[in-house]
Amino acid sequence: MSSQKKFGLSTPYLLLLPGMGFLFTFFIVPIINLAQTSTQTPVAGGDTGQYEQTLRFQNYIDAFVENKEQFGRSFVYAILATALALAIAYPLAYAIAFKSGKLKNLLLVLVVAPFFTSFLLRTIAWKQILGEQGFVVPTLRSLHLISESTTLTSSAFAVVAGMTYNFLQFMTLPLYASIDRIDPRTLEASGDLYANGFTTFRKVTFPLSLPGVVAGTLLTFIPAAGDYVNAAILGSPQTKMIGNVIDSRFFKIVDYPTASALSFTLMAAILILVTIYIRKAGTEELV
Amino acid sequence: MADVSTSTRGDLRLTHLTKSYGDFNAVNDLSLTIPEGSFFALLGPSGCGKTTTLRMIAGLEEPTQGSISLGATDITYTKPYQRPINTVFQNYALFPHLTIFENIAFGLRRRGIKDVDDAVNKALDLVELPHLAQRKPTQLSGGQQQRIALARAIVNRPALLLLDEPLGALDLKLRRQMQIELKWIQKEVGITFVHVTHDQEEAMTMADTIAVMNEGEIEQMGSPADLYDNPKTAFVANFLGQSNLIKGTVTGNDGANQIVELYGQKISLQKDRSHGVDSAIYAGIRPEKFRISRLQTATSGNILTGGKVEDVSYIGVSTQYQVMMPWGQELMVFEQNDDGVAPFSVGESVNISWEPIFTFGLRGDEDAEAGTEVNPEEDLDE
Repeated sequence: MSSQKKFGLSTPYLLLLPGMGFLFTFFIVPIINLAQTSTQTPVAGGDTGQYEQTLRFQNYIDAFVENKEQFGRSFVYAILATALALAIAYPLAYAIAFKSGKLKNLLLVLVVAPFFTSFLLRTIAWKQILGEQGFVVPTLRSLHLISESTTLTSSAFAVVAGMTYNFLQFMTLPLYASIDRIDPRTLEASGDLYANGFTTFRKVTFPLSLPGVVAGTLLTFIPAAGDYVNAAILGSPQTKMIGNVIDSRFFKIVDYPTASALSFTLMAAILILVTIYIRKAGTEELV
Repeated sequence: MADVSTSTRGDLRLTHLTKSYGDFNAVNDLSLTIPEGSFFALLGPSGCGKTTTLRMIAGLEEPTQGSISLGATDITYTKPYQRPINTVFQNYALFPHLTIFENIAFGLRRRGIKDVDDAVNKALDLVELPHLAQRKPTQLSGGQQQRIALARAIVNRPALLLLDEPLGALDLKLRRQMQIELKWIQKEVGITFVHVTHDQEEAMTMADTIAVMNEGEIEQMGSPADLYDNPKTAFVANFLGQSNLIKGTVTGNDGANQIVELYGQKISLQKDRSHGVDSAIYAGIRPEKFRISRLQTATSGNILTGGKVEDVSYIGVSTQYQVMMPWGQELMVFEQNDDGVAPFSVGESVNISWEPIFTFGLRGDEDAEAGTEVNPEEDLDE
C-alpha cells in the first residue's frame, strides 16, 4: 500500500499511456473507420471507389450469402491446420521440455529459426517443394502413392500443409512453456500410484499442459482462419479462403463496403468460436 | 493390471545393491533387511546415497547391480506402477489439477478398486483433514499438503511406504508434531515405513531401526539408543549428536575393561564397547555424560584433571561448558542445572569425570572430525 502511494495514483495510467496511444491510433481508429465503411453504398453516378454513408446493414447479409462457401472453407482449413499443428507440436514440445537435456536451448532456437526468413519466402519455397520439379511429387509417384496426373500444388492439401507449417511455432512455444512447467515429480508420483506411462499421460501430463494446448490452438487457429497468403500462393480458385476474398474486394474490385463487412463478420465469428472454446476447455481454473 | 499390493508382503531385502553414475558409486554394495511392519530410517548427510537407495526401492531408478526383493518376490526390475510400494515425495508432488479427494483416490482408481469414497474418507479422517476434500492442493498449507501426500500413499495399503524427507519443508514446531503423528499412524496402519532423512533427531524420534549412511555405504545400523550410546565409527559418533573423541593408547586389561591412557591419565573402557583394532584408539564420551567438578571435590569413575573453563553458555535446561585440557583439546560438557551448584565461571580450574560404562572406543586411525563438518540443514535435495 505504502509503496503504491509513493508513486502517486496517476502512475499506472501514465505507464499505460504509450500503449494505449498506440492501440488507439492503429487499432481503434481503423476499426471505427472500417465500421463506417461497411454500411456505405456507391455514390450514384460516381467513380469507382466512391462511396457514401447510407447505413445499409444489408451489406453484411449480402456479403455473407455471397461468400459463405469461402467462410466455411476458411474455418475447415484453419481447424485442420490447427489439429495437424497440435499433433506435430505436442511430441516436439514434450521432447524439448523433458528429453532434450543439454540440447534444450539449441532446439528452442531451431523452433524459432524459421522466423529469420520472411513468411512469404517460406511459403513460396513450399510451392517449389510441392511443385512438379520438387522431389516430393516424383517420389510419391514412383511409390505409386499418388497417380501420375495428381499434383500437390494448387490443392487444399498444399494450403493446409502450408498453414500448418507457417503457424507451427505459435503452437510449439506455448506448449513447450506449459509442459516445461510440469514438475517431473508429479509424473513420478503418478507412476508410484499405479499409473502406467499412457495413463500418466492421459491423467496427469495432458491435463497439466492444457493451458499450453489452449494458448497454442488459439494462436494457430485465429491467424489461420484469416490467412490469405497460403491460399494465394499454394492454392487455386477452388481453395479460396475468406482472407483472399477480402483482399481482392479491397484491392482489386475496390468494393470497400463488402470487404469491411466481411472483415467484421470474420472477427465476430472467430470471437464467438474462441469464447465457446475457452469456456469448454475450462482454463480459468488452470491458469 | 494385477493387484500386486495385496499379494506381496514380507520383509524388504536389499542384496549387494549398487548404483553407479560413471565412476561414482552413489550406493555401494549395500545389503540390508527391513523387517515387515517396522519403522526404518535411512539417515545420512546430503549425497550419502540414501535418496538413491529409496528411489531404487520405489522403482524410479534401476540398480547397476544387486537385487531388491519383497517377501519372496524379486522386484529389482519391476516398473514402479507394478510395485506394492507407495512414496511420500519430498515436496509432496500432489497433482495440482485434481482436488484433494481425487488426489487421494488416484491410486485406488488406477487399480480399479470399488469403494473409493469410503477409503478416501477414511484416509482423510486418519490425517484429520476431512473438510479439505474439495480443495485444490495450492489452497493448502505446507503441513496440510504433507498430510494429504501421506493419505494419498497410505490409502493404497501398500506393503511398504517410502518417505523421502517428508518433513523437510515444514517449520520446526510442525515438524515435531508431525514426527509424533507419523509414528502413531505407522502403528495404527501397521505398514512398513522406510524413512529417508538427514535430520538425526527426526530419525531417532520415529524409527525403530536406523541405518546411518555415508558415501554410499551403511556405517552402522541399530536402534536409536544403540547408535547413540555405542557408535562404532567416528562418523556415527559425530553425526548422531555430539561426541568428545580423545586420542589414547590401550595399555592393559582389567577384567571386562581395557585400561586406556589419555595423555598420561588412565581411564577404563568396557571391552564390548571398544571398536579399535590395535592399541591406538579414540576414547569417546558424550558431552552430557561428563561431570564437571572443582578441584577439591571428590569424584569417582574415570577422571581427567587439569581442565580450565574456557566458555560457559547457560541454555536453561543445561549449562554448556568448553573445557580446555592440558594437551590443548577443548572438551564439551553439558551439565544439567539440577544440582544447585553454582555454575562454573570462565578461567576456573576443574576436573572432569564420568562413569566408565559411558566410554566408547573407536579405531585410532579414524578421522576424528568425520561427520562433524556436515551441516544437516544444508540442503534437502541430493
